Amino acid sequence: MTADAVKAGALLLFAALVQVSIASAIEVAEGHPDVVLVLVIGIALLRGPVFGAVAGFWAGLVLDVASLETLGLTSLLLTLVGYFAGRLGDVTTKSSAHPSLVAVALGTVGFGLGSAVVHFMLGSTLSAAQFFVGVLLPTLALNMLLAYPLYGLCRRIFHAEPRERREVSPAV
Amino acid sequence: MVAAVLVLFSLALITVYFRESEGGTLHSAQRIGLSVAMPFEVAGERIARPFRDAWGWTSDLVGAKQENEKLRKQIEALRQRVIQEQTAVSENDRLRELLSFVDGPGFPAGFTGVSTRVVGRPPSAYNQEVLIAAGSSAGISRNDPVVTQDGLVGLVTNVTSNGAKVTLITDQSSAVSAIVLESGAAGLVRHGPSNSSALVLDRVGKDELVEEGNLVITAGWRSGKLESLYPRGIPVGMVKSVGQQDVDLYKRIQVAPLVNFDALAEVIVLVPKKR
Repeated sequence: MTADAVKAGALLLFAALVQVSIASAIEVAEGHPDVVLVLVIGIALLRGPVFGAVAGFWAGLVLDVASLETLGLTSLLLTLVGYFAGRLGDVTTKSSAHPSLVAVALGTVGFGLGSAVVHFMLGSTLSAAQFFVGVLLPTLALNMLLAYPLYGLCRRIFHAEPRERREVSPAV
Repeated sequence: MVAAVLVLFSLALITVYFRESEGGTLHSAQRIGLSVAMPFEVAGERIARPFRDAWGWTSDLVGAKQENEKLRKQIEALRQRVIQEQTAVSENDRLRELLSFVDGPGFPAGFTGVSTRVVGRPPSAYNQEVLIAAGSSAGISRNDPVVTQDGLVGLVTNVTSNGAKVTLITDQSSAVSAIVLESGAAGLVRHGPSNSSALVLDRVGKDELVEEGNLVITAGWRSGKLESLYPRGIPVGMVKSVGQQDVDLYKRIQVAPLVNFDALAEVIVLVPKKR
């Protein structure tokens, strides 16, 4: 567990620096590939909700520091994404060889909407068309492209255990 | 339980960060954190630079022929304008001498330029900001204007010892008092409603004369002890379209920025000679 925490911490630290200095400069419409978000989802799918939430918090904190943004803002959103991705991983794709594209899609949309709400409360807004067409859709497409390689990286680093199938008792 | 604690802790961080001053504990800790991360960000940017340049070169080729034609026409028009302006400048100098005209600190004479590299961008579409690789150790302070050879970029809004955050003029929080060079119509340049790199020139009365293709420059006003953060004469953009409606108080003027904010690689921070 400790080894996993150190590996996740180092991986997300590196990813946050890549995000700020490289990935944020890659722009399609107004969307950017979100390396950190996809990695947090990947880690959470493999290691569960608590680990996912802590990983999300750490990644968000590093991102906020590395980009001089409001401290705690990205942490809040990534903590929630990590937690819910972990929950989803528990009941669906934990240790699957394929990344849960559904988890990445839901995580991206959730993060985007959450970010819109938080920024709206802080006074920064985008028009709905600009948000959905300019930001959310390109980011979603780029994140889906990143899902396979980054989830593969997570599986390699965190040595995914054999799939734990949950017995679902038939409804009586 | 752990997730709930982390969410509450994040909310507490946001609250404290907003309530404390620029010199507060969290702001200071963040600056120290960025100082540690900055060498890695610079390294990352250097590694990515060749690939980014290659991508930019390839995508530029697509529109090169069309742009070439446009630029040839522009050069022709500018040649004529340079001749007219050289005459105007010499006449202006002569008249100033005759009037013993006293001017304030001007651009670029009153400033020292600090050239630096853009090393990062915040990963959010809401904040139009960039991180640069020079900070207070290079003499940069908060509210120093930032330009490129094309025109105005923005304002330094946060400084660490070896880095700084520049808020672009396309950010929602930015506003630049500006004038139209050809007619002298004054207004406020702000971000446009449609997309993140569009600008509008607001608060220009309907009776003012503004035409498509006019150049918008910073106004650089001064009122008592108060003065604009931007010196007079920095090019901001070209008027893209002008419209007005009966119900509006002001003209609707769209401005195309002269700086390509998507391909911002190097900038010049204008540090005033006299602080």
